[in-house]
Amino acid sequence: MLPNLNNLPVYDTVGVDERTARFRSRSIKTASKKEGLKLAISMIDLTTLEGKDTRGKIQQLCYKAMHPHDSYSDIPNVAAICVYPSFVGIAKKALEGSSIHVASVATAFPSGQAALEVKINDVKTAVDQGVDEVDMVISRGEFLSGNYQYVFDEIAAVKEVCNNAHLKVILETGELDTLDNVRKASEIAIYAGADFIKTSTGKVQPAATLQVTYVMLDAIKDYYLKTGKMIGMKPAGGISNAKLALQYLVMLNEVLGEKWMNKNYFRFGASSLLNDLLMQLIKVETGVYQSSNYFSKD
Amino acid sequence: MQKKETKDLFKASWEYSEAPESTGHIQIQKKYNLYIDGKFTKPVKGKYFDTINPANEEKISVVAEATAEDVDLAVKAARKAFNGWSKLSGKDRGKYIFRIARLIQERAREFAVIESMDGGKPIRESRDIDIPLAANHFFYHAGWADKLQYAFPNRKPNPIGVVGQIIPWNFPLLMAAWKLAPALATGNTLVLKPAETTPLTALKLAEVIHASGLPKGVVNIITGAGQTGASIVNHPDIDKIAFTGSTEVGRYIAKAIAGTNKKVTLELGGKGANIIFEDAAIDQAVEGIINAIFFNQGHVCCAGSRLFVQESVADKVIQKLKDRMETLIVGDPLDKNTDIGAVNSKRQLQTIENYIKIGLKEGGEIYQPGCKLPKKGNWCAPTLFLNVSQSHKIVQEEIFGPVLTIQTFRTIKEVIEKANNTPYGLSAGVWTQNGAKIFHLTQKLAAGVVWANTFNKFDATSPFGGYKESGFGREGGLHGLYPYVKFD
Repeated sequence: MLPNLNNLPVYDTVGVDERTARFRSRSIKTASKKEGLKLAISMIDLTTLEGKDTRGKIQQLCYKAMHPHDSYSDIPNVAAICVYPSFVGIAKKALEGSSIHVASVATAFPSGQAALEVKINDVKTAVDQGVDEVDMVISRGEFLSGNYQYVFDEIAAVKEVCNNAHLKVILETGELDTLDNVRKASEIAIYAGADFIKTSTGKVQPAATLQVTYVMLDAIKDYYLKTGKMIGMKPAGGISNAKLALQYLVMLNEVLGEKWMNKNYFRFGASSLLNDLLMQLIKVETGVYQSSNYFSKD
Repeated sequence: MQKKETKDLFKASWEYSEAPESTGHIQIQKKYNLYIDGKFTKPVKGKYFDTINPANEEKISVVAEATAEDVDLAVKAARKAFNGWSKLSGKDRGKYIFRIARLIQERAREFAVIESMDGGKPIRESRDIDIPLAANHFFYHAGWADKLQYAFPNRKPNPIGVVGQIIPWNFPLLMAAWKLAPALATGNTLVLKPAETTPLTALKLAEVIHASGLPKGVVNIITGAGQTGASIVNHPDIDKIAFTGSTEVGRYIAKAIAGTNKKVTLELGGKGANIIFEDAAIDQAVEGIINAIFFNQGHVCCAGSRLFVQESVADKVIQKLKDRMETLIVGDPLDKNTDIGAVNSKRQLQTIENYIKIGLKEGGEIYQPGCKLPKKGNWCAPTLFLNVSQSHKIVQEEIFGPVLTIQTFRTIKEVIEKANNTPYGLSAGVWTQNGAKIFHLTQKLAAGVVWANTFNKFDATSPFGGYKESGFGREGGLHGLYPYVKFD
């Protein structure tokens, strides 16, 4: 049932800016840096969502996901590959035998502007090919016109056809504009059955920010305290370097704590982030930076 | 109702490795003399005292103890310099002050590290707040030096003469800047005494001032304890006393100068009320509470040390506050991840511990997070006292440590009455998303500063000072120039 949205906590932009600035000022060095970088790698949803995606591109990306940097041992796999529904089968096959999940965006990604039945079919296409995780977008137009029940019902309908696939709900925070809206949308998504809430499609600017992620983590925390159920979080878009990824982990560590510090409850939606994490990890290990030419660009 | 306890949520699985700021770049002499008449001079009686790092109790340096004879020499030097300095054009005075500001910026890292070593405050604060704000004050007042006729239209401002300035140990360099910059901009000469537990950055500032080429005798910096301060206050040739410190000493100063021609400004203690309404952005208010009371280990005269929470949200606020306290890192002030550093001195630690004992005896419910405290040094865990009232001693008296008392209220009228029900009146905070409520409260609260939806924000352009026993006179902004001028 749609929760009461009139009683939600409100957010002060200046205060949230200051809070996130405190996370950014944490200094992550030596052993904790190594641990953080490895953790971040293991949390990546390695993503390609382009009109020009092909079978070849997906296969190459899947290989990279399984072999991020073979010249150095003890590097974890990424958590998942994230592709359009039409490539789910190919990705599943390419990743066979690994523990890496296949995630697929669905529901008329990225705009979400399609009839419900079209969206449901979109999800079914992915589910039928054995997708592990579905990343749906909410109808921002309906949300902004105040039609919260519609948004709620749509998420619930998608959840129904997901079967065992995990459902990640993309709020597209860049289009919601205010932090109070982000909280409201988080609340709707969580109560409608989201396993994860996700900031952005990556197609709208601004994509993920520490500020909106903070508000979403706050919603997750309140829900946990109320029900005991853990919801996952996925910031996506714009997180392209290791420093920023570590700042997200600091925030996660200090807002939700250890239970969330793993790939079951936290993901980064990213593509170029992986190579920067690898480069920094090698730097921590060896003390020197290697040329970016030593890191495969798939 | 809540199904889960939050306390099992915050077992940090990812501990941050040590990230100490390096100390290799700083220069501290083995022994410091008095800066009088443009020279570092040995004290007449030849006495020195140790300055200690409160985080590890190691001696950092030895510092001269100025006696009445040294104070006299310093005042004479300032008097001698007054004629030249006060006649110098505002533009030329401004040049020197700008130069001092830039030199502080250039040596900001060194100042920050020494401030944290000598006083115990976390490097995050000395680096991001104390030192930049100190430079900010010099820059701001340098700008006023040649514009005083615009500051006081149709009146001719003249400097007062020789000023005696006594500053506390909680923001050593910043307080020196608050005192020096307006005095210099308005053409006064001065004798400044830093606190005995934190003399080093003021002495480094003396080096900076010396390097700036400021005419000798304009600024004299002498070190010592209460007796030295008393000699300044009682010196017959001083025209004005500017003091920041305890209300107790403020009373002594007021008595001592009664019947003399000395002008005075006092910035004294406080027991700031931080008021959270049910319509506040609760999560940011919690952050504001943390910042209001645990900033600089609570050694802040304008700290929000009395929390008033509207009863309807009290449980939620207190729970969130406790959660947040679990993530505070207490420890080595030089570690970049430290949130709360060391208590400034053994004596202050005893004062705080004594108040905690009193609070327990009075029946207050104490809460401290499970943070690990280092074995050596002066440490106090961040502390809450719940179930207390206006009648509790810990609610009435200034503790000057990381100790917060929490009371609930029902209506605006009630909270205004309680917030004002204190002999102090330095600061207050109001947290609500309702703008009208903010304006209503800011008019009713008897406090020199009222922050809305934030706390502990400082800027050179903004006047700062107290009501009632929190003192009188303002520092910063246009208002801060008044105490340093007299009119024809």
